[in-house]
Amino acid sequence: MVDQSASIDIASLVKRHGATLAVDHVSLTVPRGEFFSLLGPSGAGKTSVLRMIAGFETPDEGTIRIDGRSMEAVPPNRRPVNLVFQSYALFPHMTVAENVAFGPTMQGASRADITSRVRLALDMVKLSSKEERLPSQLSGGEQQRVALARALVNRPSVLLLDEPLSALDQQLRQEMQVELKSIQARAACTFVCVTHHQEEALTMSDRVAVMHQGRVLQVGSPQDLYEAPGSAFVARFIGVSNELRGIVRRIDGERAIVQSPECIGEIQIVLPMHLPIQVGSPVTVLIRPERLRLSTTVQRLSGEQSLAASVDKVLYSGSDRRYLVRLGEHVVWNVRVPNDESGRNGLVPGDNLSVRWQISDAVVLSE
Amino acid sequence: MKQAGGWLWRVSLANLFFLYGPIALLILFSFNASRLSATWQGWTWQWYRALWVNQSLLDATANSLRVATVSTVLALFLGVGLAVGLDSLSGRRQRQIEQSLLLPLVIPEVMMGVSLLLFFVLLQIPLSLITVMMGHALFNVPVVVIIVRARLKKLDPRLMEAAADLGATYWNTLRHVTIPLLRPAILGAGLMAFTISLDDFIVTYFTAGPGATTLPLKVYSMIKSGMSPEINALSALFVIVSMGLIGLSLLLQRR
Repeated sequence: MVDQSASIDIASLVKRHGATLAVDHVSLTVPRGEFFSLLGPSGAGKTSVLRMIAGFETPDEGTIRIDGRSMEAVPPNRRPVNLVFQSYALFPHMTVAENVAFGPTMQGASRADITSRVRLALDMVKLSSKEERLPSQLSGGEQQRVALARALVNRPSVLLLDEPLSALDQQLRQEMQVELKSIQARAACTFVCVTHHQEEALTMSDRVAVMHQGRVLQVGSPQDLYEAPGSAFVARFIGVSNELRGIVRRIDGERAIVQSPECIGEIQIVLPMHLPIQVGSPVTVLIRPERLRLSTTVQRLSGEQSLAASVDKVLYSGSDRRYLVRLGEHVVWNVRVPNDESGRNGLVPGDNLSVRWQISDAVVLSE
Repeated sequence: MKQAGGWLWRVSLANLFFLYGPIALLILFSFNASRLSATWQGWTWQWYRALWVNQSLLDATANSLRVATVSTVLALFLGVGLAVGLDSLSGRRQRQIEQSLLLPLVIPEVMMGVSLLLFFVLLQIPLSLITVMMGHALFNVPVVVIIVRARLKKLDPRLMEAAADLGATYWNTLRHVTIPLLRPAILGAGLMAFTISLDDFIVTYFTAGPGATTLPLKVYSMIKSGMSPEINALSALFVIVSMGLIGLSLLLQRR
């Protein structure tokens, strides 16, 4: 079945580079108008997927449909997509305006139409004043805007972005994250963005696919991925995550007791419905740093779990404090405490305390 | 270390002198007032003036310029096409063709002249200025291909992809992106080919028909009747023009 409302529909896409599977049976559906990101470390196959959508690489297996139309044997110049290259790939011998006009000119638009579309596109990226400059006379951020305008002026059905912010410095990068999002809203087109930068993917995207070794591990909203990672890799790749490996000792209804050889004490978990966990099953428990609480008192709130620990290091970072607390010889957890009244509790390395969390804040994965 | 450096410097100087000394001497003696080349009798422009009124020399110059222009245009047309076309071939085939192109650069020019002569005679093409042009275009194609490909390899392939992505066909990409970016290399290669054609003696000697005398052929025939200051003046002009063209060509290629 072909989903007619989908902008992009990819079915079991495979790309081999020699003996290795660069892209391993990837299937994705991106609805029209979505900001979709492919996130993963370098070599995860995300750029290959992007280049296959653009038509620069041919899939070994599988199909790509754009707006319901199969892209098999459709050359790059006939696809309703445009790509913003990581290096921008602006034509160095053409002015900004000529660069932007290139697409409409190739499509045989009338001169008047080209002029007005170029103006509109340059307005959209706020570069109207620099249309007579050469790319080499622009800053990195401006070059990127030209690349965006040059792609968007063609009114593509899908805009592909390859590591769009990687060449910019930290501050510009954060500005452009907001900018890209608002440009997408104005252009009302589907964006597919490849990035290895998790913060970038989370802030900009409606949905994110996490890729690793050619496979898609999980697709979901940024919140889903952060709060309900489906695997330890996703949990580690997105944000900082504290882990504890243990064995299920007892099962009591929908709760279970886990004991870890790595630290002292037992904890209670909520059994995830979809995992076949029995007594004796090895599990990994994940808890985000900001969901942890440090306490020196014995009193426990209802539903709270706790483990004994000692402070290893305190890292001050302005808006909050990061505590590295040791639960066992090989287990050091990250705890983030906001720098308000509750955070100024004067803990110093060596203090003994307990780390606490709400039972529902722990994510359980089976090994 | 400093001593070794000084020593190397002296060797380099000797080398330069060995290379350019004779040429400097030639230019100097083209201004010599004496008819006998070996003695110096003061400065004069008269030999250059004599060149200017020598009709057969002017004819030979015109022939040389005609041959150089036509053969350069021909070599550029074939060479740029080949250089760009090689890009769409896969690794092994590409290498084979590239290497086979180097062959004309290393086989002795006499052999090339003889084989061309044989070729033209077999095909019953009468020797003329046109056969010279064809011969020159032949040895200039590899020169053009080598210079243009060096530049092509330095171009970012993403630029061509970007053009395709923006809707350009293969030919439009060539016309609007690839060729404009190759322009300095194409101009440089053209100047190089022009100079090589202008200076060529051997291939010209074998492929020239009656009346198709180029400047180098003319100089050779003049020398047969003894050295003269006019030849010095002509050669000096030749050297200066060639060096100027090559210098310009290198400058363009560096851009």
